[in-house]
Amino acid sequence: MIEARNIWKEYGDQVVLERINVKVNEGEFITLVGASGCGKSTFLKLLLGTETPSRGQLLLDGTPVRDEPDADRGIVFQQYSVFAHMTVIDNVLAACAFARPGLTGHLFGRVRRDACVRARLMLEQVGLSHALDKYPHELSGGMRQRLAIAQALINKPRILLLDEPFGALDPGIRADMHRLVTDLWREHKLTVFMVTHDLKEGFYLGTRLWVFDKLRHDPQAPQAYGASITYDLPIDQQQLRPALSHEEPLPQVLHLATNP
Amino acid sequence: MKRLINLTPASPWHLLLALLPFALLLVLYLLGSDARLEANPNDKLLPSFSQFGEALGRMALEPSKRSGEYLFWADTASSLARLGIGMSVAAVTGLLLGLFTGALPLVRAPLSPLLTVISLVPPLALLPILFIVFGLGELSKVVLIAVGITPFIARDIQRATQQIPFEQLVKAQTLGASTPQILIRVLLPQLLPKLIDAVRLSLGAGWLFLIAAEAIAATDGLGYRIFLVRRYLAMDVILPYVAWITLLAFAFDSLLAWTNRRLFPWYAQGGQS
Repeated sequence: MIEARNIWKEYGDQVVLERINVKVNEGEFITLVGASGCGKSTFLKLLLGTETPSRGQLLLDGTPVRDEPDADRGIVFQQYSVFAHMTVIDNVLAACAFARPGLTGHLFGRVRRDACVRARLMLEQVGLSHALDKYPHELSGGMRQRLAIAQALINKPRILLLDEPFGALDPGIRADMHRLVTDLWREHKLTVFMVTHDLKEGFYLGTRLWVFDKLRHDPQAPQAYGASITYDLPIDQQQLRPALSHEEPLPQVLHLATNP
Repeated sequence: MKRLINLTPASPWHLLLALLPFALLLVLYLLGSDARLEANPNDKLLPSFSQFGEALGRMALEPSKRSGEYLFWADTASSLARLGIGMSVAAVTGLLLGLFTGALPLVRAPLSPLLTVISLVPPLALLPILFIVFGLGELSKVVLIAVGITPFIARDIQRATQQIPFEQLVKAQTLGASTPQILIRVLLPQLLPKLIDAVRLSLGAGWLFLIAAEAIAATDGLGYRIFLVRRYLAMDVILPYVAWITLLAFAFDSLLAWTNRRLFPWYAQGGQS
């Protein structure tokens, strides 16, 4: 479904990404890991459309990805993903309204009632039924991210982009969120790209894991070479899941796979 | 002994400490006024409170012999009308200018530098021009307030618009929102409480422009009155008028602050996520 053809991304003489060549099929859950500043978030921005490749092409179904965000690609950021001035249910209703024509972004009459039903169902799925009339600042970090996910999925995007969505959450809440994301991914048949700092999380959630790193390095000019995908690992979840319960340390074999 | 920055007054003292300077000023005034009146019963500089009462009663409760109006209330009404219209025009214009320059780079590019330069023009220096162009009637006073306040509000709202997290705009776009939908549903509601804050901050300047314009050319109004009676050294009228203006300013500020808390609970509680 998505194909990157020899993508480079440069800012001035600083090369961030180089020679990215990948193909992604519908329904894959791809986790992007790597050190800070290695370009994994930049790659996500290319997918999102807020950045464009300096060279090469990023294709969605054979045509270049639109160079601005649109309803094909939903996103959840680490923070600021929900509208602070709307209650939980209004956040989701606004998402329904944005999917329709109309100048004000409000819904009226029968359309609004239908949207309310859909919004309630979606919020029930992410476990926020008890907090419909709360404002985001009254929610915990985990609940806020649940809301952001509900909002992103209500319009049924084909691709869901997650930019370190659980980076600021407690470990226990993270485990809940992992379950939620996995369930939603299966149910909505999404293609997911998730940037994470947490290698274990990357292995636990993904069906495929990309490691971003620099293949070439010039100590005199660290910006001269960009990162590319150094490892593209398919993950067999059946085999891996039991070994990766959240309490245990990362198995040695996985360290070896990513730090040769 | 704790550090000075860590010492806070205990709660019953808090209110007392707040009232203390007011009480001191009052006592100081009364002592001064008494001393002067004792030396010269006709002294006009520091009138006694009974003289204030008499003057205020004459202005507020008795119709004027010349026009038959209750001058105090007529002054208040015309001043508030000017201030209200001027501030409203400034708020609406400033909001729209700030929203569009903040949200749309194509509007920002030509308008933003202009706005910066205009905001640096001292409005009172424009007053003669306004009198020439709009005449000495109501319009020039209202225009002075609007012209003086609009650039401040516009720049404040522009800044506030640009401070709204970029993530929210991206999110709205990924939900399929069009530009008008983003302006109306995402940006505008988050700017309204900031607009009220900006109006609160600029009310002081609004009063300044109002009183200046009234002092120069008017036939009624609070500012007109205090500058008129200055000729007779009528401190018994000036001081109550100043106190009244202060009270009005305080009331509007509190009213706006209350409105903000009431209408935008998420803002008062610091929501920005």
